[in-house]
Amino acid sequence: MEFFLIATLNGVSYGLLLFLLSAGLTLIFSMMGVLHFAHASFYMLGAYVGYSLSQSLGFWPALLLAPLLVGALGALFERAVLRRVHPLGHVPEMLVTFGLSYVLLEVVQLIWGRSAVAFTVPPALQGPAFTLIDHATLGLQAVWGAAPADACQASEVVRVVCTPFPASRAFMMVVSLAMLGLLWALLKRSRIGLVIQASITHPQAVQTLGHNVPRVFMLVFGIGSALAGLAGVIGGSTYLTDPAMAATMGPIVFVVLVVGGVGSLSGAFVASLLIGLLQTYAVSWNVPLPAFGLGSRMTLAQWAPVLPYVLMLAMLMLRPTGLLGRRGEGL
Amino acid sequence: MKPVLHKGLWAGFALLLVLAPWLHDGGFWLSLLSQMGIAVIACLSFNILLGQGGMLSFGHAVYSGLGAYAAMYALNHWCAGSPGLPVTLVPLVGGLAGMGCATLLGWLSTRSAGTAFAMITLAIGELVFAVALMLPELSGGEAGLSGNRVVGAAPWGMTFGPAIQVYYLIAAYTLVCAALMVALTATPLGRLLNAVRDNPQRVAFVGYDPRWVRTLALVISGFFAGVAGGLATLNFEIVNAEALGAARSGAYLLFTFLGGTATMFGPVLGGVLMVLATVLLSAWTQAWLLYLGLLFMVMVIWAPDGLAGLLQAHGRALRQSNWRRWLPLYMGLWLSGMVVLCGAGALVEMTYHLQLQAVQGSAVRYLGQTLDVTQTSSWLMGVGMLLAGLLPFLALRKRFALAHPGAAA
Repeated sequence: MEFFLIATLNGVSYGLLLFLLSAGLTLIFSMMGVLHFAHASFYMLGAYVGYSLSQSLGFWPALLLAPLLVGALGALFERAVLRRVHPLGHVPEMLVTFGLSYVLLEVVQLIWGRSAVAFTVPPALQGPAFTLIDHATLGLQAVWGAAPADACQASEVVRVVCTPFPASRAFMMVVSLAMLGLLWALLKRSRIGLVIQASITHPQAVQTLGHNVPRVFMLVFGIGSALAGLAGVIGGSTYLTDPAMAATMGPIVFVVLVVGGVGSLSGAFVASLLIGLLQTYAVSWNVPLPAFGLGSRMTLAQWAPVLPYVLMLAMLMLRPTGLLGRRGEGL
Repeated sequence: MKPVLHKGLWAGFALLLVLAPWLHDGGFWLSLLSQMGIAVIACLSFNILLGQGGMLSFGHAVYSGLGAYAAMYALNHWCAGSPGLPVTLVPLVGGLAGMGCATLLGWLSTRSAGTAFAMITLAIGELVFAVALMLPELSGGEAGLSGNRVVGAAPWGMTFGPAIQVYYLIAAYTLVCAALMVALTATPLGRLLNAVRDNPQRVAFVGYDPRWVRTLALVISGFFAGVAGGLATLNFEIVNAEALGAARSGAYLLFTFLGGTATMFGPVLGGVLMVLATVLLSAWTQAWLLYLGLLFMVMVIWAPDGLAGLLQAHGRALRQSNWRRWLPLYMGLWLSGMVVLCGAGALVEMTYHLQLQAVQGSAVRYLGQTLDVTQTSSWLMGVGMLLAGLLPFLALRKRFALAHPGAAA
């Protein structure tokens, strides 16, 4: 039971991180129709910039500044490059972001080297947020922070299992949820959000009303990149900050988009959680699978990296518009 | 583009393929040429999707890689017995495998051409690569599978042991495949594919299903990619999971685009560039991926028709006007451009040296010169060259653009 709870929480925190990334990508996509290939590269850049800033300023200022910096870089890229390519159509736009992903990867390796850097969460977030104590006679209990040593002491007759939930994961959930609430408020409750939403569907009408639509595009690109940068600071410090992080995260984010329905924020939310849970459950349950005559038997955990793609193919066969995609929209 | 097969051009291409091994001595040259032939087929097959169909694929290596694996299985299991499969036909096995795979995956990915196609092909590429790594019994994993191409009967003494015999097999396949792919553009299907690229809605209105046309194009493209994979199997006698990976797919896209997607000549140029860059440039400098990425972005922004498009536009501009008048301008552009590249290159090389090889001392060999990364003067020189070249380059480019609006690059 406690195992299931912790796996669920891990899955949800990973899923929320995925959503932080895919929310930016969805915003950019639904606004400009551009599949932003370097989005995961901005995620990586966020982690590395966050690492450098945390070396000199500490983790908390870095958490604030790195996304802003990455967002500014994204806006700059939109202004200097993407706007120039925009008249040529969607394929050149995709290509130029694809080229950018190569350049960013090399630049990151040039500045920070080819191996992983030691980017960790501050001491306040190390250790468990709470610990579940499964006591054979007293039942299931939760204790804030680490459990006292004697509480986890099993005797010869009573079985006790303590399962900690890392504070960094809890922090990941809190930041993601707070950011998403902010984003929702910005889009649905503010004036600029109104302009952004209108520019997504009716750019010409908005332009005619006197709004600077290209600047709105730049702003949205900047916000999307900043979200990716924030996800990078959190993800990089919780998991691993290395040059391969863009290549491993990028395709998963695309899967989230396809499964959720391209261009749908709520679809991306559901799909992120689904994939986060799917992967975490698969990794934690070591169920052996039939060997299919391939010699060695494989476990479900070994297949975990493939599951999102299998889910995507199944979705394409059964419901090509994605979970919450509207007919005729998206794909 | 005229779909007419110019007889002279093809004769020249065939002659070049026949004579190329004798232009230079040594096994390295021959190996380069063989790889170029394979890359040319792969890039041409990629261009059926990107250039002819407007479909941006990020998973083309799936078809060439599975073709390479199928060819390896055929080589190891079918060629040895009697009557075994002739080695000359092994690339066709690869082609059929690529085609079969494209038939399976085609319908799923071709619902639309642009964004969705790109995303789905990327994810399928990741899926196939991950599965290949997970099943080392089938794929050989990182180490790969190896085979021996000298098996079975040897018609007319052709054992395909010597590299020169393999080269001529590759050259023959390159010629035939290129001819077939050019011929495809003249068929009704080829024309329909162009129409689907330009306006799928109208094609659907006329009564053709755009998705069906795209799927057929993907199947054909998968066949030729598989042939390229099969030839690679014969050439290297080893296949590993990397042949299916995203890096390979990205390279097909990058170099096909750099060569140019509007003409058939572009992908040929792209294939040649791919081998030059991955074999020569990567040995020459560590920063080659950075240069490639930057070059690619610059080309997307200023020359979306690729190198072939640039050559065409400039050729047209020169033919229309008095070329002697433009010669100084060209020389100026070329010279200042070279100075810019030299300056930027020096800076990049020195930075890479600092990051990756600082333990080996402070000297960098660059274009026959030795630069010291600890000296401010070498950095100043790099920046100075960059600026000294950039200013006249931009000025000249402006003048050039005024004279030839179409050819400005």
